[in-house]
This record gives sequence, C-alpha cells and structure tokens, in this order.
Amino acid sequence: MHIAEGFLPPAHAVAWGVASAPFVVHGVRSLTREVREHPESTLLIGASGAFTFVLSALKLPSVTGSCSHPTGTGLGAILFRPPIMAVLGTITLLFQALLLAHGGLTTLGANVFSMAIVGPWAGYAVYRLLRRFDVPLMVAVFFAAFVADLSTYCVTSVQLALAFPDPSSGFLGALGKFGSIFAVTQLPLAVSEGLLTVLVMRLLVQSSKGELTRLGVFLAKKQSRTETADATEAVAR
Amino acid sequence: MSRNAKINALLLLVVAALAVLPLALGMGDHKKEPFAGADAEAETAITEIEPDYEPWFSPLYEPPSGEIESALFALQAALGAGVLAYYFGLRRGRRQGELRVLAQREAGEGPAAGAPGGAAESAAGPRPTERA
Repeated sequence: MHIAEGFLPPAHAVAWGVASAPFVVHGVRSLTREVREHPESTLLIGASGAFTFVLSALKLPSVTGSCSHPTGTGLGAILFRPPIMAVLGTITLLFQALLLAHGGLTTLGANVFSMAIVGPWAGYAVYRLLRRFDVPLMVAVFFAAFVADLSTYCVTSVQLALAFPDPSSGFLGALGKFGSIFAVTQLPLAVSEGLLTVLVMRLLVQSSKGELTRLGVFLAKKQSRTETADATEAVAR
Repeated sequence: MSRNAKINALLLLVVAALAVLPLALGMGDHKKEPFAGADAEAETAITEIEPDYEPWFSPLYEPPSGEIESALFALQAALGAGVLAYYFGLRRGRRQGELRVLAQREAGEGPAAGAPGGAAESAAGPRPTERA
C-alpha cells in the first residue's frame, strides 16, 4: 500500500497530507493523555506499535503471483482506539519512508490516510458492531483485523485511481486496475493478518487479563448483553 | 501440549500455509517477474496509464543495494518482534512472581493458624520476602 516517493502529483500529495494531519495531531493528544493517565498502558501501546512494525515488514506471497504485506493496525485500534493507532502507524510509515525508501515523505499523507486512519477506523467499527451483536471476542478480532488490512489497500487503490484516471475508461477503469493489483493480492494476506491478530489477542487474554479488562475488551460484551436484553424487552413491550 | 498451545500452533500453521501455497502451486509462473511487490506493480501501472509521468521527488535516502534493504527490513521486523517478546516475557515473569508470592503467603499463614508440623514451612516461608 506504500505509494512510492514522488508518485502522487503535488496537489494530491498536499491534499492527503492536509486530510491526515488533524487525525495524527488528535492521535498524539490521545496518546499523551493515555500515557499520562495510565502509565501502565505504555508497555502495551509499545507492543501494539511493535506488532505493526513486524507485520508491515512481513512481505508475503499471494495468489496473484505478487507479494504484499499486512498492516497490523487492527490490534492497536481494538485495544487503544483508532486515534492512538494513527500515531503508531505514522511512526511505522516514517521509519519505512526514511530508512527503506519504501513509501515516501511526499506520499506520507496519503499512506497515513490509508494505513493509519481508514484501516484502524474501519477495523474498529467492525469490531464494535460485531461485539454489539454478541459475536465472540476472537471472531470479532479476526474480522476487525481483516477489514483494517483490506480497507487500507482499497483506499490506496482509490487514491491512485483519483490521481491517475485511465485515459479511456476514467476513474473506474483505473480503480479496477489498481484494485486488482492491491485488493485481490491482499485478500489471503488479510486472512493471515486476522489469524495473527487473533493469536496475539489470545496471548494477551492469557497474560494480561487485568489490562484488557481496563481497556474494555471484556467489558464490551457484558454491556452489549444488557443492551440486547433491553432491546428484547423493548420489543416485547 | 495444552489445548491453548494447540490452537495457537494451528493458527501459525494456517498462516504459514497461506504464505507457502501460492509459491508451491506456482501461482507466479504466468508473470515475467514472479512475486514482485504489489507496490512496484502499482508504479508500473501508473506509467502505463500516464507514460509521461515523472516522479517529482526522490527518496532522501535509498538503500544502496537489495542486501542493505533486506537488512533494514529485517531490522524493522526484529525491533518489533523484540518489543513484543519483551512484553510477553515480562508479563509471564510478573505473573509467575505474583503466583509465587501468593503461594508463599499461603504457606506462611497456614501453619501460623496452628497446624502442627508446619513450623519448618513457616520458617522457610517468609524468608524470601525478607530478602526482597
């Protein structure tokens, strides 16, 4: 999903930068508040960032005969909510842009928007929705990570199609082209990311129960249960 | 192997299978450059759509060779894996420590409640806490 350095026209690069900046600024504020109020969170925040570091370095072969990598943003979005993940994702993208010539500074805004903003928010939305309907924790975690991963690559496809519409078939034609490169390749990888996120969440459940309870990972279920109970009562009345 | 460990191993196995299958089934054989990066393919697609497009900015630093690049990628993965391993190791150690303290407290308090023959245990019990 890394749009290479200089590969977005200046106007697009600036526009995505402007779109991403408030999310990242808000994220930095949320992050400092979280660390100030709950210093014990620091370690798990670090671990969530580390998960993104590992997964976005992991280039995996896919069914299309090309390679791509997961994003690892679903986990942090579930644990600490998307604003904090926006910061962690941006750090990862900066590291890759500066040291690996992977992505770039001029395309940082666009890449942050897809990987650090839309991905985490989409994953988090799916997670909350599934939990509301009393879906088991690990199933919700799987789909959250799956959607966070896949939506990131869909956004990248849209970004490129907007910047480079096909001369004959226009925006949609280009979207099909970039979508077949990114989104289709990403499908099995998104499954892998979902499974790996479930694995880490299982290890967290075993090792950090208190922490997860404080972050509302377990609480969410109880709440949703009473909510559904209320809803059925309301319907009965 | 506990049930938990089995499920975890199974998850890893499926991920590994998902990565290996495209290679084993030769799904990249139809390509000029099998298993190239999707990011690079997107760059090619851009130049197909707009042959005149020139990237207007180049990376400040570019790894001088594929080896250096893969080293930096390995560094990225190692940093992440290191922090994750530290986290889980620390948690496990803390939990074991807590369990040990609990066990000691029980061992220390039990005989104090008047159980005969527990004197040796109660003498051994509190000592580690004194040291700590």
